[in-house]
Amino acid sequence: MSLTKEDRGMTLIVKTITRITFGFILLYGIYIALHGNIAPGGGFVGGVIIALSFIHIMLAFGKKRALKRMRSHRLRLMISIAALIFLYIVISGWHGSYSHIVIAICEMVIVGAGLFAIFAALVLMPKSDMASGVKK
Amino acid sequence: MIELHLILFFMIAAAIIAVEVKDLVSSVVAVGAVGIGLCMAFLVLKAPDLAIMQLVVEILSLIILIRATIRRDLPFSISGRWVFNTLATVSFIVVFLTLAYFALRSLPAFGNAAMKVSRFYIEDIMKTGSENVVSAIIVNFRAYDTLGEIAILFTAIVGVLAIARRVGYTKEKIDEPN
Amino acid sequence: MICIYMLCLALFLVGLYCVVRKRNLIKIIIGIGIMEYAVNLFFILGGYIRRGRSPIFAADQVIKNMVDPLSQAVVSTAIVIGLAFTLLLVAIAIRIYEKSGTFDITKINRLKG
Repeated sequence: MSLTKEDRGMTLIVKTITRITFGFILLYGIYIALHGNIAPGGGFVGGVIIALSFIHIMLAFGKKRALKRMRSHRLRLMISIAALIFLYIVISGWHGSYSHIVIAICEMVIVGAGLFAIFAALVLMPKSDMASGVKK
Repeated sequence: MIELHLILFFMIAAAIIAVEVKDLVSSVVAVGAVGIGLCMAFLVLKAPDLAIMQLVVEILSLIILIRATIRRDLPFSISGRWVFNTLATVSFIVVFLTLAYFALRSLPAFGNAAMKVSRFYIEDIMKTGSENVVSAIIVNFRAYDTLGEIAILFTAIVGVLAIARRVGYTKEKIDEPN
Repeated sequence: MICIYMLCLALFLVGLYCVVRKRNLIKIIIGIGIMEYAVNLFFILGGYIRRGRSPIFAADQVIKNMVDPLSQAVVSTAIVIGLAFTLLLVAIAIRIYEKSGTFDITKINRLKG
């Protein structure tokens, strides 16, 4: 199986740096989501930073490597479970001292997984149909 | 507030460049400049939550817009009734600004917000165990708002995945794996 | 200080001009984004208090002079909705480009089939 140019990713320098910084970006997203009640930030920002870290891997290593870590059905399962937990919290009116942390974690999971799924769908979408569409 | 005026002039200039430039990728980069200017304006106006959020959202939407426009350029075409269109636009803008001037005089002056509702939120902030008032409003007092926001995001995700799927687009592509 | 509100409205008008006059789909998405920025900025300008402080309490501290936190919460919801809207529009625009081979909204009908 021969890899095309987009599948191979960028050069060795970018790959090495990405391998180092990926964990830090992921950790920073989780930190921002969990410290949303005492510092600027919140669940949404943390989720977007997590999605950006996976997008970073996808841009540097090519599509296959990032999609191997985040499979599509696993993404859908995570989004659905987090949305159900969020719906349960809001409807049942749970107002304990940890409710905002649970809400922040649910929001982080939904936003991160969903935005990465959107980006993966937009990257994978047009390749096969592009040529026929233009030639018409 | 001279710095706020400078930031606003910068944003308007970048927006005009983004509207008028012919190359699509340059236009997207100019929109990124408008977003960074908005991030700085949020910092000046004492809204650090929104500054972080605007910066991150700007990066993501810039990546996706560049993904949409790269190698798909279109020569700028304008044709027909140029004088009429320009006159209509300019007269509409003049009417809009005049009406807005009379409407804006009934607002409280800049720098003296009324704060009738948020006073109660600030009084009750200690019950939530949270020190960031904006975060407390988002996830405690107005959690239904956040639920609706997440529902909208969820709907957008499902919509994009439905638009971007391959099976069902053309009939001869169905046998292709995935 | 009505001048700064008028500048914000001028930014809104630039976006409105882009949506009304331009024919490129990506330009229209950009114009919608600029209008959205202007409206968000208008909310925050309305909630500002002169020499106010940002709405974050330090430990055991009472801040008297605080900018309005409610408008910031509302705008944070609006930013999320704007992101979702932009993503959906970009997906539709890419699909239209594949189908008809152009971003020009006046030529999309002609190239059908």
